[in-house]
Amino acid sequence: MRRHSFEVMGTVVSLALRGRHEEGAAADVAWAAVQDRLRWADATFSTYRPDSVVNRWGRGELAAREAPRELVEVLGLAEEARTASGGAFDIRAVRSPYGGGPDPSGVVKGWAVQRAAAVLEGLADTDYCLAAGGDLVCRTRRAGAAPWRIGIEDPDDPSRTIGVLQIANGAVATSGTAHRGAHVVDPRTGRPATGLRQVTVVAPTLIEADIEATAAFVLGGGGIEWLRARGRTGLAVTSTEVLPFGPPEVARLGRPA
Amino acid sequence: MRRIVLWFASTVTAVVLLFGYHTSTSGSEVSSAAAPPIVGSVDTSSDSSSTTSGSSSSSGSGGSSSGSTGSSSGGGATSTVSGEAADTRYGPVQVTLTVQDGAIVAVEVPEYPAGDGRDIEISSYALPILVQETLDAQSASIDMVSGATYTSAGYQQSLQSALDQAGV
Repeated sequence: MRRHSFEVMGTVVSLALRGRHEEGAAADVAWAAVQDRLRWADATFSTYRPDSVVNRWGRGELAAREAPRELVEVLGLAEEARTASGGAFDIRAVRSPYGGGPDPSGVVKGWAVQRAAAVLEGLADTDYCLAAGGDLVCRTRRAGAAPWRIGIEDPDDPSRTIGVLQIANGAVATSGTAHRGAHVVDPRTGRPATGLRQVTVVAPTLIEADIEATAAFVLGGGGIEWLRARGRTGLAVTSTEVLPFGPPEVARLGRPA
Repeated sequence: MRRIVLWFASTVTAVVLLFGYHTSTSGSEVSSAAAPPIVGSVDTSSDSSSTTSGSSSSSGSGGSSSGSTGSSSGGGATSTVSGEAADTRYGPVQVTLTVQDGAIVAVEVPEYPAGDGRDIEISSYALPILVQETLDAQSASIDMVSGATYTSAGYQQSLQSALDQAGV
């Protein structure tokens, strides 16, 4: 296995490759293209850059129809998520420091990483796992390849894990307060969400996993039911227990947190 | 130090989700539960077929192609989720779920408990199990870490950082 990492979007992106093109020219080109895509997404969508597309749009200086189509795509995903979550996910809850427009960062990271991962599909017979700040996309493309083993971080101690998920193809996102404190605001109240300590969601793509982890975190205890209704599998940490969840036929049995 | 953090014995909770139904206690439950695709054979494509770059393989078991070039796991994405082998009162059990489009489409029990009779019971009984096991040095065999979003600075103290630096 070969690993790479670089800094972008205020966090660190890590790539693991294994298989035929885990190293060599093809891998180098693909990794460079992944970085390019992520830097482009950052430049376009960062609310910390005064002249980014999203800030110009937010200030009314750029019409959506004149912006790159990716802006429309991201705004569409945000609106979908707002509706699906009953307002628990709402990009208008956070405002850009440069102009006060909506901050779609809650959509952008998952979307951008999923989009960058598409580049790696060009590496034949090569498995990849692309992670950004604790959210990741897993893919196995070799026959008989072992699934990726994903440790789920302990919210009390980032050097430990509370579980392991084996994912062959799919995405995993975790929302919680471990690293950045109470930074997820409940759009419905304007106050930090406090119902759950951490929630991890497995979904087909990181676009869904990332958004749903955030929405479920805001929804608190009800978020687990919300995810279950969507057929998701994952692991939640409440103030009292570690709780795996899945479809309705799964009974509950947790352990003290 | 970061590496030490990784290698130190850590307590890992393995999540094992057992699925099944109470509808019957007949032996056929076992085979029906074991029939669906298994880990590793979910995506069997791409090996000999596509060598040109960009030609992605269609995703596996459930069909629903998504074979367009470049686009990664679209609507037809399939994922498998396995629990750790868990010691139950029936013996060691490991369960794998195949998830497609957010719905569980297959359940497999690749590691059956030894003995007979009990096997049937476990595959027809719904029971999620959480197992806490202590991993000794170097057996924390995880590839990547999912956790609350860390900043560039937070990364330095993260398990992911330790993995990246260890390079294994």
